[in-house]
Amino acid sequence: MSTYFVIAVIVLVFVVIFQIAKASEYVSILKGEEKARKQNNKINGFLMIAFLFLGLIGVFYCHEILKGRILGESASVEGEKVDEMLYITTVVCGIVFFITQILLFWFPYKYQEKENTKVFFFPHNNKLEVFWTVVPAIALSVLVVIGLRNWFIFTGEAPKNALVVEITGKQFGWIMRYPGKDNQFGKKYFRNIDDASNTLGLIWADNAEFNQKADPASYDDIVDNSSTMYVVKNRPVKLIINSRDVIHDVGLPHFRMKMDAVPGTPTTLWFTPKFTTSEMKEKTGNANFEYEIACDQICGNGHYSMKGIIKVVSQASYDEYQRMQKPYYLTAFPEKDPSAAPPAADTSKNTTAPNKGVVEGTVNKTLH
Amino acid sequence: MSNEEVLHSQTATGHVHDTDHDHNGHHHHHETFITKYVFSQDHKMIAKQFLITGMFWAVMGGLMSVLFRVQLAYPDESFPFLETLLGKWAKGGHISADAYYALVTTHGTVLVFFVLTAGLSGTFANFLIPLQIGARDMASPFLNMLSYWFFLAASVVMLSSVFVETGPFSGGWTAYPPLSALGSASPGSKTGMDLWLIAMALFVVSSLLGGLNYIATILNMRTKGMTMTRLPLTIWALFFTAVLGVLSFPVLLSGFILLIFDRNFGTSFYLSDIYVNGVGALPNEGGSAILYQHLFWFLGHPEVYIIILPAMGIVSEVMSTNARKPIFGYMAMVGSLFAIAVLAFLVWAHHMFVSGLNPFLGSFFVLLTLLIAVPSAIKVFNWLTTLWRGNIRFTPGMLYSIGFVSMFISGGLTGIYLGNSALDIHLHDTYFIVAHFHIVMGVAGIFGMYAGIYHWFPKMYGRYLNNTLAYIHFWITFVGAYLIFWPMHYEGLAGMPRRYYDYTNWESFKMFAGVNLFITVVALIVFAVQILFLFNFFYSIFKGRKVTSQNPWGSNTLEWTAPIRPGHGNWEGEIPEVHRWAYDYGKDGKDFIAQTTPVGAEEGKH
Repeated sequence: MSTYFVIAVIVLVFVVIFQIAKASEYVSILKGEEKARKQNNKINGFLMIAFLFLGLIGVFYCHEILKGRILGESASVEGEKVDEMLYITTVVCGIVFFITQILLFWFPYKYQEKENTKVFFFPHNNKLEVFWTVVPAIALSVLVVIGLRNWFIFTGEAPKNALVVEITGKQFGWIMRYPGKDNQFGKKYFRNIDDASNTLGLIWADNAEFNQKADPASYDDIVDNSSTMYVVKNRPVKLIINSRDVIHDVGLPHFRMKMDAVPGTPTTLWFTPKFTTSEMKEKTGNANFEYEIACDQICGNGHYSMKGIIKVVSQASYDEYQRMQKPYYLTAFPEKDPSAAPPAADTSKNTTAPNKGVVEGTVNKTLH
Repeated sequence: MSNEEVLHSQTATGHVHDTDHDHNGHHHHHETFITKYVFSQDHKMIAKQFLITGMFWAVMGGLMSVLFRVQLAYPDESFPFLETLLGKWAKGGHISADAYYALVTTHGTVLVFFVLTAGLSGTFANFLIPLQIGARDMASPFLNMLSYWFFLAASVVMLSSVFVETGPFSGGWTAYPPLSALGSASPGSKTGMDLWLIAMALFVVSSLLGGLNYIATILNMRTKGMTMTRLPLTIWALFFTAVLGVLSFPVLLSGFILLIFDRNFGTSFYLSDIYVNGVGALPNEGGSAILYQHLFWFLGHPEVYIIILPAMGIVSEVMSTNARKPIFGYMAMVGSLFAIAVLAFLVWAHHMFVSGLNPFLGSFFVLLTLLIAVPSAIKVFNWLTTLWRGNIRFTPGMLYSIGFVSMFISGGLTGIYLGNSALDIHLHDTYFIVAHFHIVMGVAGIFGMYAGIYHWFPKMYGRYLNNTLAYIHFWITFVGAYLIFWPMHYEGLAGMPRRYYDYTNWESFKMFAGVNLFITVVALIVFAVQILFLFNFFYSIFKGRKVTSQNPWGSNTLEWTAPIRPGHGNWEGEIPEVHRWAYDYGKDGKDFIAQTTPVGAEEGKH
């Protein structure tokens, strides 16, 4: 019933507006179209300047309301550079924004149609045009230089002491892998994936069909299927990013970083967390605070629920966490624990696991 | 058949318009309802067909956005009327995630391609090119007609995808594989995706037929005296738009063909190392998902200029006419259009900074992307200078032109953030990008379209739109657009991802619930005002105030020398000859000097 009522009200409002509009058209014809047009011109000229004032107030007001809701201080060392760039870019763009918008609405007000105005026939002026070609070009060059300097830091090699964690996206969650005691990731191959016991397809056994040999480095790898990752405060962490099905994206708003997870093409990302999760809880005053990993690339109908958590902890807590974990191999084959633990011999030097175990590779940051 | 006669005499003589063309105008065409309104080869009727089909899609796309905005504003409430409207897609009055993603995807696809490409450049290229260059019709009226019918076929197929059991495609308008390639990964990637691909392929054909025709017409069929440098800026803009489309749409089609192969014929162009939940490991190996992104964005980026260039052309023309002052820096305007058209092909990978693209390669795209801000800045400054010391008439078309420039500034500046990869790494795929492209491409494109509709409606239908409704329409839309998209920048700065169905479980983003509600309320009001515009449009076609003077805006361009309601062939008698550029407003104390006026001996030079 209320739906019909709402529809009736809307229709009524439409009819009223329409009748007023029609009536004003008749009036303008009676008054003389030229006169009516000039009146309308005055009204719109006034609205231009009114919009400018209200708009500027609105920009300020919106900022006052929302500035507290954008993220506070960056939680990573590298993110500080992002924030600094945001600030510089906002200053540059802000100046241009205010100058051009003010002129854009002030000129129409000032130069609205008046009797006997003689317009200024001004078809071109080379000096002016060169001026406003060169100035933006210089300003943009500065922004490019700052941007690229940071870009190469962000995408460059991670520091040597970096913790390496592998994160694999799947519909709709994240799987984390740590290299275990030998500090090396074992190889994996997607056809070995078994959602019950081997979610990443680690190569634990020989398989003639796949032309693969068991990789001993995979026996002590720790796999966490709970979408939670542990990293250490003030220690750089390098993520090796994979996907098991479609494209996902590791979005880390608090660390100001993100990178796609592409099936078949591993990517990397590194950053240095500055605050532990519990420090952030205090800082933000939010007892439920977590560093959330948000999937930022549409990956299906559960995209919005694809959340991971990064727990930033002290080195001691991290070591404790690592100690508590059982290698994934032993979770899958409890009977081999602990006496049947594999010898850590004959390991290849790779840190990630290329396909089929044929390509011994470095981490691909690029397409190939 | 007389239409044929016009066609043949036209193409046979090419651009040479001599007195022997006289009979065209006077000849009384035998037109049936079918040839006049349905299978018409008259460019003006085809333009109206594009416009009205585009408007249909604008309403559909807008309605879809209203529906998914309701979900974002009220994630926990249920609205029984939604179940009435959407059936199983909104069980219990609550839009399902499947439906939400389908709505988002279809909204994006139809607005980008069907409204802002076909509806904007399809309408105005068809309507304005022959009228403003002084031709009786397009180079090939028949291909022109086919262009519309392929567009309509694309529309029908796209619309039909809404009614299939597994729903329309729901993987975002960019349709990245593997999601778009694997029916097992998402219900929308089943039949819905096949229909989406067919619709888009038909649309590409439509664009190519149209584009080739526009280029051929502009290059070959200009009237006597209409040199390239005397063309109105609308025509220059439409020319570059057509060139962009012709060069980039085939690349998109090639990307789609590979996708069709991956979907249906077991190839692995885009697929590798995939294990789908509930299905198991797929046999595909060796493909690259990023390859598709290159092919897609090689069109996808020029596409945004395909949208915005016609709007820029329209705005330049409308603004100069209503400022009663020449456009400032005509050659710079043409030059910057050209620069944008060239750079459009060299910036596509800025959509892929965080896709796994080689970062070193990415750095070139940062440079080239920020370079494109220079011609854009030139255009803005030139528009501002055009307004300076003018004698401005606020016709509805002029208001929308000023609104366009405002939106283009606001949205263009945020492009400087996003084009810089080191900032994009934070802002990519958040609401910041949603705000950016809606303002600079969506709203600005639509504003250019409205400027064009309000300005040329009298030429199209021989009647005026109601001014009061037009002013209400403009001011509410303009203010509303800012209220909708401005706060989204803040959501994006907080890292709030786009394309989320529900934010309530996210500690990092749930503080924006109030903002989302506010945006939805404004969106509802703005949508209602667009309905008001539609009403004004269709009412005025039949009942609007009649145009009584040939040149109601006091404009210089050729279309205003044609009869108030031109027939097929546009001019009765000879095609007018052109003696000057299109922007002699306020020269030597004269309000305007039409392009057909010969240059006087005493006249000052510009």
